[in-house]
Amino acid sequence: MKFLRNTLDKIKPNFEKDGKLHFLHSTFDALETFMFVPNHTTKGGAHIRDGIDLKRTMFTVIIALVPALLFGMWNVGELHFTAQNIDSFIIDNLIYGAMKVVPIIVVSYLVGLGIEFAFCQVNGHPVNEGFLVSGMLIPLIVPADIPLWMVAVATAFAVIIGKEVFGGTGMNILNPALTARVFLYIAYPVEMAGDIWVSGIKDGLVDASSGATYLGDLGVGKAVTVDTYNAFMGFMPGSIGETSTLMCLIGAAILIVSGIGSWRIMLATVIGALGMGLILNAIGGNPYYDLPAYQHLIIGGFAFGAVFMATDPVSAAHTQRGKWIYGILIGVLTVLIRVFNPAYPEGIMFAILFMNVMAPLVDNYVVKANIKRRLNRVKA
Amino acid sequence: MSTETQAVEVEVKEREPLFSKKNRKLISNPLDADNPITVQVLGVCSALAVTVKLIPTLYMCISVLFVMIFSNVAISLLRNVIPGRIRIIVQLLVVASLVAVVDQVLQAFAYDVSKQLSVFVGLIITNCIIMGRLEAFALANKPGPAFLDGLGNGLGYAVILIPVAFFRELFGSGSLFGFNVLGENYPGNGVMMSPVGACIVLGLLIWFQRSRNGYTEEA
Repeated sequence: MKFLRNTLDKIKPNFEKDGKLHFLHSTFDALETFMFVPNHTTKGGAHIRDGIDLKRTMFTVIIALVPALLFGMWNVGELHFTAQNIDSFIIDNLIYGAMKVVPIIVVSYLVGLGIEFAFCQVNGHPVNEGFLVSGMLIPLIVPADIPLWMVAVATAFAVIIGKEVFGGTGMNILNPALTARVFLYIAYPVEMAGDIWVSGIKDGLVDASSGATYLGDLGVGKAVTVDTYNAFMGFMPGSIGETSTLMCLIGAAILIVSGIGSWRIMLATVIGALGMGLILNAIGGNPYYDLPAYQHLIIGGFAFGAVFMATDPVSAAHTQRGKWIYGILIGVLTVLIRVFNPAYPEGIMFAILFMNVMAPLVDNYVVKANIKRRLNRVKA
Repeated sequence: MSTETQAVEVEVKEREPLFSKKNRKLISNPLDADNPITVQVLGVCSALAVTVKLIPTLYMCISVLFVMIFSNVAISLLRNVIPGRIRIIVQLLVVASLVAVVDQVLQAFAYDVSKQLSVFVGLIITNCIIMGRLEAFALANKPGPAFLDGLGNGLGYAVILIPVAFFRELFGSGSLFGFNVLGENYPGNGVMMSPVGACIVLGLLIWFQRSRNGYTEEA
């Protein structure tokens, strides 16, 4: 550690003003503050600064994603080998999964960070690793067999159109990772929907009929019996990191304990989905209406979206009451889109993006209501 | 209609040259600094709708150019006899008759394109660029400048639509003017095929334009 610090201090003058590598200042600054908490102090006035800054916040989210990532890798391998009737051990599954998943992660980070660093260099901004989390989220919400160039295109799209045009990290109105996924979903529907969820289908290694998800079947009107245990544990086909509700719950626990994810949003989303699910159960009529409300929570990407996507502190609502409204509406919309729109079997992605757009409006009315309430108190 | 235009042009030339510096601005301004789509943000609806492929876009641009020029001239000629209270109705009548002509010509000579453009030819009637120029320019100016203004704004429309269609056709279906250029295996891009793609390409063009000429929206 000491050695690292000394090396950094030694090369630092090169990047300061008048140094010969000054044009790479943002890049150096990014790496330095990534490894060491910056030595900034507040000047003028009394301020309280939290010891944890943006980079440390981002890193906590990455840690929370690790269980989902590891399980995802294992699941990719497990599904692949099971579909071929090959007995495989944990380690085989993990190796196969890693061979599929690691390249996606590498591409996502290379493209995303490359664009982000380039923008910061040109604009003279310091680099803040807003992409650290997005770059890990993107691989977890795509199918394992996705062509790598598509990951690159979608990541570039998400970083440029979803984030940089609005002014970079902290200014985006949409969640960048979901922007990438929605881009893939609309741009390349063949690779992103249908019987593609088990790795190896495209090369004909695996029987295509084994690749459908519960949501896919429900979307075409098939009756489905959800195996609650398997769905909760994540032993089912799906995008790489989102199948296991259990792993998402572990991530949620890390986020809530460290105070980084908002438990209000997570809880509100679950309440919204459960409530809407129960209403539809009461109406009944087709397999999708009759899907027990609690099963909406464990199939598809609901848990992953509610824990890691909806809670994105930039694009979510900021007021406490706003968070409840925001979360509940995400839950309600997710179930509504799933049930009423057969063209989009999964709803959480659209629901979160829609509420991302609505979040400032929600906040606006919450703040206005508060002002009005307090004015009335003054009058009385 | 066309003989009328020519006669007027000759008249104007005697007093002020048609291509005087001021009048040349009427053409060059809408191409960049005062572009009807990227700066005034008019006529965006059709810019999003008809730009999937280059060929229909070209036809659309020519149609709008035609309607734009002739309605501008016609309204300019009529400007002293149109009662102020019914001017919008008169403008609509003129535009609608011109659009009817365009529509019939397209159906007669370019039936396929006419089918692809479907309602959007008819919707030229409600194109805000045309109504906007009639209100803002033709009603207060002589036919000569009105002709140039129509030409400028029609070209300003085309100068945005054609690049949008270029990128959408290239990335959306991997072809240009219907010829495949990105190879048989190019999977296409659904975003570029949908109006969303046009919206994004249009936004990028505005970004490019503003970073080039330094235009900013006044607050």
